[in-house]
Amino acid sequence: MATELAADLQGIEAVETAARPSRVSLRRVWAGLWPKLAAVFLILAVWQVVVWSGWKPDYVLPGPLQVFQRLAGDLSHPDFYVGVAITLRRALMGYAIAVALGGVMGILVARVTFLRKAIGSAILGLQSMPSIAWFPLAILLFQLSETAIIFVVILGAAPAIAAGLLSGVDHVQPLLVRVGRVMGARGLGLYRHVILPAALPSFVGGLKQGWAFAWRSLMAGEIIVIVSHSPSLGQQIQFARDLADAEQLLALMVVIFVIGVAIDSLFGSLDRRIRRRWGLLGAEA
Amino acid sequence: MSNILQLGAGHAHSAESEEHSLSVERLSMSFPNGDRPLVALEGVTLEVEQGELVCIVGASGSGKSTLLNILAGLDQPSSGRGHVHGRVALMFQEAALLPWLTAAGNVELALELRGVRRSERKEVARELLGRVHLDGFERRLPHELSGGMKQRVALARALAQDADVLLMDEPFGALDAITRDRLHEELERIWTETGLTILFVTHNAREAVRLGDRVLVFTSRPGRVGHEVKVDLPRPRSLDSPDVAVIAGRITDRLKHEMNVNGD
Repeated sequence: MATELAADLQGIEAVETAARPSRVSLRRVWAGLWPKLAAVFLILAVWQVVVWSGWKPDYVLPGPLQVFQRLAGDLSHPDFYVGVAITLRRALMGYAIAVALGGVMGILVARVTFLRKAIGSAILGLQSMPSIAWFPLAILLFQLSETAIIFVVILGAAPAIAAGLLSGVDHVQPLLVRVGRVMGARGLGLYRHVILPAALPSFVGGLKQGWAFAWRSLMAGEIIVIVSHSPSLGQQIQFARDLADAEQLLALMVVIFVIGVAIDSLFGSLDRRIRRRWGLLGAEA
Repeated sequence: MSNILQLGAGHAHSAESEEHSLSVERLSMSFPNGDRPLVALEGVTLEVEQGELVCIVGASGSGKSTLLNILAGLDQPSSGRGHVHGRVALMFQEAALLPWLTAAGNVELALELRGVRRSERKEVARELLGRVHLDGFERRLPHELSGGMKQRVALARALAQDADVLLMDEPFGALDAITRDRLHEELERIWTETGLTILFVTHNAREAVRLGDRVLVFTSRPGRVGHEVKVDLPRPRSLDSPDVAVIAGRITDRLKHEMNVNGD
């Protein structure tokens, strides 16, 4: 009888916690998409109205149609992809180094009391330093080279990544740490099994913010630091301005915007997946 | 394996009697608190024999949790010593499952930290979850489980540590009455099957009488063993039986008396 009762009660508990459907339906995708589409449409409409108003001649401010026609032309040209590749390679390289550096910095500052006292607040301060202010120094140190650009990308992104990890480690529930210790995890094991996984949501937040800083710094760098024989996106924009080619300039801005948004939304979905798994989201966000 | 936490100064290492799974000798613990340190425990002495299920009842602030934390090796006593013969596992009032691991993953981690081979972990974890009647819930994440189920997972995880002594800190305090009843039965069954030594802390006198071979009544501020009650009722007992109620009533009176003495 006891086991029957057990089974019944099990049933009750099971019903209470029945798994919610996590299937992604078309309707939900649409529900998430249409406000964004509406916003894009609205912006294009305002842009077009401003052009129609004759505020600026259209060789200075061309309309969306001309810009997108130009963009379509660019997309069929191999040079365009060379530019995107150069820019993305720099972004990836700088960001990867920033992740490694920021990660190590975050852990060290979290672990070593002296370092925390010494540079804990400096990390937060570095975040508010406008990355463009680093360029004169970077150019002095590395001349007009790709190294100068990547140097600034790293300085832009690493503090945010370190700060995310640091705050994650700081806010791990003390109870979880105790549980880990009761189970026999010590030192590095405690970090590997308990503290780092617990800090992951905050770390991903830092990664996301670090990416935003990296992308901004990279664009500033490519516009300021002109490196010969490397027609990166930023450089192409600068050339378009020099040639007063407003269509090309705006087309490139659209590309930069789209790449930024695409990568940002990748981080966004990673962030949501982790938060859902960690139980940090409500039933549905 | 002997796990000596701290030898108080001037204490002779008396001959350990083999049947004592857990012993606490004149253990005191105080926390810095301005001019007057806060004394949580003062001169606590108790012994638990191998395979015994002993409950500690006390009002909040009687240092019960502090004692368990010391016995689990998480804190160091100010003086005196707590000695546990063998491995210790500790269960908290909250299940404290690692939220990113599934039910099975939580149990497997305990196995991994104990040194169980990777190839065996999955099977052992499944067995342990089956033992607490969670078959089929292996792949659920903690936030997808009810409070009672989380505590079952925590129990399975504690069992995975293959401990000789299980310390339980009000583990069922936050559960509804029916779920708690069920878990009492399960705990009693597992205790009978495994021969674990259990030290169970609660503020609920009935729960203590329901489960314990003996009930130690703790005084408050500072915490000390004020009184001991042997419970000779046959098992399994019911939380609502008159016999349990009578003994629990006596214990509650003691606790109230304690509180009045302390002016709370």
